[in-house]
Amino acid sequence: MKPFAYARPGSVAEAVRDVAAEPNAVFLGGGTNLVDHLKLGVARPDLVVDVRTLTSREIGDLPDGGLRLGAASTNSEVAADRRVRERYPVLAEALLAGATGQLRNLATTGGNPLQRTRCVYFQDVTTPCNKREPGSGCSAVGGYTRYHAVLGVPAALPDASAPETCTATHPSDMAVALAALDAQVQVLGPAGARTVPFVDLHRLPGDDPSRDTVLEHGELITAIDLPPLPVGARSAYRKVRDRASYAFALVSVAAVVAGDDVRIALGGVAHKPWRATRAEEVLRDGALTGDAVRHAMDVELTAAQPQPGIDGGNGFKIPLVTRTVVATLRDLEATA
Amino acid sequence: MDADITLRVDGETRRLTVDTRTSLLDALRERLGNTSPKKGCDHGQCGACTILLNGDRALSCLALAVAHDGAEVTTADGLAPQGELHPVQQAFLDHDAFQCGYCTPGQVCSAVGVLDEVRRGWPSAASADLTADPELTDAEVSERMSGNLCRCGAYANITPAVQQAGGVQA
Repeated sequence: MKPFAYARPGSVAEAVRDVAAEPNAVFLGGGTNLVDHLKLGVARPDLVVDVRTLTSREIGDLPDGGLRLGAASTNSEVAADRRVRERYPVLAEALLAGATGQLRNLATTGGNPLQRTRCVYFQDVTTPCNKREPGSGCSAVGGYTRYHAVLGVPAALPDASAPETCTATHPSDMAVALAALDAQVQVLGPAGARTVPFVDLHRLPGDDPSRDTVLEHGELITAIDLPPLPVGARSAYRKVRDRASYAFALVSVAAVVAGDDVRIALGGVAHKPWRATRAEEVLRDGALTGDAVRHAMDVELTAAQPQPGIDGGNGFKIPLVTRTVVATLRDLEATA
Repeated sequence: MDADITLRVDGETRRLTVDTRTSLLDALRERLGNTSPKKGCDHGQCGACTILLNGDRALSCLALAVAHDGAEVTTADGLAPQGELHPVQQAFLDHDAFQCGYCTPGQVCSAVGVLDEVRRGWPSAASADLTADPELTDAEVSERMSGNLCRCGAYANITPAVQQAGGVQA
């Protein structure tokens, strides 16, 4: 492992200044992803700035009836919080569907959405990867694609040698729920504080697959706000994976139904948590019958691009994600 | 680069100087001579290194020692301070919940954490009702212990051991 300096400054503002001043500096939260990347050589920082004990660990009520999750609150604490369980079950279920007890006790609200893809090539420094080493190419093209994207992949790609190619998926379960909840991300940076809608936090690969989010260097998540849901709103998270527990999603669905409004976010299918806005539009004001939901998902998946691969490819995700949305909404309707 | 830290390990205050790259696991094993937590995968995938960190179960391989200066660490060794077995340890013996034993200290620490989480009413992915008090069913124990792999495959005995320690009548 490459040597690095470690700092735990006296305040969040100081931590932001420290990272902003050193181009090769990173923030450390719970460390469950970063420490692994230090060992693998995926992350090679000169300076690690520990913010775990600087940002708030509180889960507090907001004046509008929502909740503010301090960046240092752990995934366990958020999943166990009574208000989260009662008012935002989709978030508690997503958190509990991810990782394991001893990881959730370390992992934080601020860090979870910033965890990086588990693409095997990204994590293997001996292989080309545009995300890890911009311009080196993409080893996933024609390789192992079972866990890779089918949405948000431009038709001209993938091309193994193009610097834009990246078919990696975002691995977080929590992030899919936060996208469906229209959460707001509180960010502190060298230029001051700003609020980023959660659905805009993550980006598609575009012309720079190395960037997972819109955060600039030195910008730190200090809290995530959950807006209040209308009275009577119901929500749920459903995850499909290769094992019963402790595995990343092949596909996952976070759904919120509030009156005539339905919100659907998909995991395991794109470079970012994917809000199925086209399907939502089709379903607005209509009955959530199985046929209606299947039709809405057909519309959503018009541009889907299955990736061939030596493992049989990932075309199975297209019918699977539709069925998972149908099942999630069916169960939510059954509890209405 | 070095850093001076203090850890409270199994009730004893230990001061040491560590390279900033040192994991809590390596600090315990290589520097403090506590080989109770095991190094299985060293990437957070197997659970053999599980300890109680300020009372909560955590993976010591993914924690930097320097980031946990001042922490209270309990290993499986520290659960039996005067040689008297912890109820979870006794239950593992009673149920023959291991074969080679390599994963056992991690399993035991994890189980102690699980029972505490259940006492606090924390739900799991196996809980049908997120807001109800969880019960130690087979499905709940399997889900909650899923971060501890046992390549001998002693799971069928680990589950009843955890249930016994949790007060479930066989």
